[in-house]
Amino acid sequence: MKNKKVRAGLPCRLLPVIVLLLALTCGLLTGCHGSSGMAEFQVPESFDTARQFELTFWAKNDTNKTQTAIYEKAISDFQAIYPNIKVNMRLYTDYGKIYNDVITNIATNTTPNVCITYPDHIATYLTGNNIVVPLDDLMQDPSFGFGGSELAYDGPDSGEVIPEFLEEGRIGEKIYDLPYMRSTEAVYINKTFVEKLGYEVPDTLTWDFIWEVSEAAAAKDDSGKYAVNGQNVMIPFIYKSTDNMLIQMLKQKGAGYSTDEGAIEIFNDTTDEILYTVADHVKTGAFSTFKISSYPANFMNAGQCVFAIDSTAGSTWMGTDAPLSDISKDKLVQFETAVRPVPQFDPDHPQMISQGPSVCIFNKQDPQEVLASWLFAQYLLTNEVQIAYAETEGYVPVTSKAQTSEEYLDYLGRGGEDNALHYQVKIDATQMLIDNISNTFTTPVFNGSASLRDAAGQLIESVAKSVRRKETIDDAYLKKLYANTISLYRLDQLGSGDAIGGGKQELGELPATSKALLGILALTWLLIAVYFIRDRMINKQKNG
Amino acid sequence: MKKKLALLVTMAMVLGLTACGGSSSGGSGDAEPAVPETKNEADTEKGEGVMTYEEYMAAELETEVVVETYIQAKQEWLQDETTGQGKATFYTQDADGAYFLFEMPCTEEEYNQLPAGTKIKVTGYKSEWSGETEITEGKFEIEDGSYIADAVDVTDKLGTDDLINYQNQYVTFKGLTVEPAAEGSEDAYMYNWDGSGDEGDDLYFNVSLNGQTYSFTIESLLCGPDTDVYKQVKELKVGDVVDLNGYLYWYEGPNPHITVVTVQ
Repeated sequence: MKNKKVRAGLPCRLLPVIVLLLALTCGLLTGCHGSSGMAEFQVPESFDTARQFELTFWAKNDTNKTQTAIYEKAISDFQAIYPNIKVNMRLYTDYGKIYNDVITNIATNTTPNVCITYPDHIATYLTGNNIVVPLDDLMQDPSFGFGGSELAYDGPDSGEVIPEFLEEGRIGEKIYDLPYMRSTEAVYINKTFVEKLGYEVPDTLTWDFIWEVSEAAAAKDDSGKYAVNGQNVMIPFIYKSTDNMLIQMLKQKGAGYSTDEGAIEIFNDTTDEILYTVADHVKTGAFSTFKISSYPANFMNAGQCVFAIDSTAGSTWMGTDAPLSDISKDKLVQFETAVRPVPQFDPDHPQMISQGPSVCIFNKQDPQEVLASWLFAQYLLTNEVQIAYAETEGYVPVTSKAQTSEEYLDYLGRGGEDNALHYQVKIDATQMLIDNISNTFTTPVFNGSASLRDAAGQLIESVAKSVRRKETIDDAYLKKLYANTISLYRLDQLGSGDAIGGGKQELGELPATSKALLGILALTWLLIAVYFIRDRMINKQKNG
Repeated sequence: MKKKLALLVTMAMVLGLTACGGSSSGGSGDAEPAVPETKNEADTEKGEGVMTYEEYMAAELETEVVVETYIQAKQEWLQDETTGQGKATFYTQDADGAYFLFEMPCTEEEYNQLPAGTKIKVTGYKSEWSGETEITEGKFEIEDGSYIADAVDVTDKLGTDDLINYQNQYVTFKGLTVEPAAEGSEDAYMYNWDGSGDEGDDLYFNVSLNGQTYSFTIESLLCGPDTDVYKQVKELKVGDVVDLNGYLYWYEGPNPHITVVTVQ
């Protein structure tokens, strides 16, 4: 977390999507990419333990050295079990960079074997043929699948991977990724301030409640300071991921976002209502966002925020005694932290996003190498890895085998014993998700779903910024905002025809380097054609 | 003739294959950031409608600002994952103060036309993020003029409230002693703020002066693993005495982005 504003961008020289487009459209460059010619993976009948395999594993951590150490231990333990498999890990702290590098390496047929990723990203990888291995056959294989007879470790049995989480990896007819960890969002609440303002923290917050208390907390005293904290700074309600904010509000309202096929439904009356509400509370200073202000945890821990909505995987940053903090100790204030599900419109039927890293396997020419990849990927679902990694943050293990294990239940039962492994806020956040697994949902995955998600967040960010800049938010403003958003994120080029296996992404004008490449290819074919025509004419003359 | 044609075709194919390969390594921004070699005077007179540094600092947050400033260094050009739009972050300065241009929209071609020293007029919004004052959503135009600022010695400002008055400027700290990067460690640096990273990530290192320890950073988007300073920091030993130059970035307090390390 420290010191890095989210940079949703890609290094220029990689030009990943362009490279992917070229690789996928220039079929003649078989020596260059090879990916479009990859054979469909078939599960081998046996695993060749006499051969040596070297796998590349691209892993993502939350800038958390404990997570890094757990990956390293998992690899070491796995290699001890399978001495003929060596796993080389490359660490990332940003999903965007993984996505970028995968796209680039698809083009050069140098994808990793195993990769931590998001389903939205896999949807793009799938625009190539047989690039990502469908896992259905592997999972069900009697020898090497879940609970398989030939596995050399104690992995989850069939049915022990939480079905809701497993289904999140389904794109079209097949499952392309395994869940690795799951989280959701939580409201981290300065309970001390809420009670000081005359309210009680309910079991489930409504949106009306959070707005009302936030407005109360935005009140200043006669000296011009905020009454609730006596400071010059107070942002009562800060949302970290505004894409999730709009997505969850629409879902709770039963309003459109997108269809499973990729038709865009986000521009509707409910979105209008939500944006007007956001505008009202930005105007009074009751609400802001991470992109505008900073990490919610920094404000919360300094006593400058009442409600911070962030991932449960960010729980170790929340609260006076949080084990991780970006602010200096002299800025920390004492308060009691409560954890609740994200606010609801209908608290009797809560709905919240399911998120968290998944793991996919890339196809290779050698089915044995893919099988080795699967063995490692499946090893990440063993209790040893699942429990250790889940305990680093407010993550939940993705198997019932881990969730119901004595070790994990003991961990959950020891919340508050210390401010490190058993940090109360973290365990409260974790327990909240466990209690609400059946209330989680995900958004449809299709080619372009990542753009729609970004667009959702941008709607809220734009309105918030405009209000702060004293612009008027009215129907004309929203109409223009929607048009600009559609254009910026190319949403008019998505739709049902662009679901997986459907159309191609419109990527705009090619850069000069790509044009040059295509020019060279055209020249090559032209020269070949000239050569053959000339050759035939010479032969004709000789024969004539 | 056949041989020549075959050679031509082969060369064309090789060229095509080479361009297809691309690069997957991480990288840095300006190849030679913040190493002032030429020095010009900054214009003290501002154009019509352009703010002085004083007026800029006095402007309220989220209001439109217009400044004339000189690029001192730039972070890597980035392309938005979903929109495809380009943007880059610039460290800029005029004779009176510094302006941090966060993720200013620009094409790759424009980015390459903005070497250190270039004078630009920027219209954007004054924003603040975790204590860092910056200009966001900037639109720029190139103007005549060139200026590279000298490093201001702020060694005696370390640990004082006065340091923020030099925010974003090119500064120097002299005579600092390298300390362990983490408690109980003998290493002088670590990847990312907690050691969780890998080659190519930011480097963090600690230095002390008069008994106080301060954390400094090699921002990988500014100075990546191929740069001298990145390599130099990895060679530091606890106990080395160093002079450091860099840009006084702010994140919940001073967080200098170091570009030059000189071991005494």
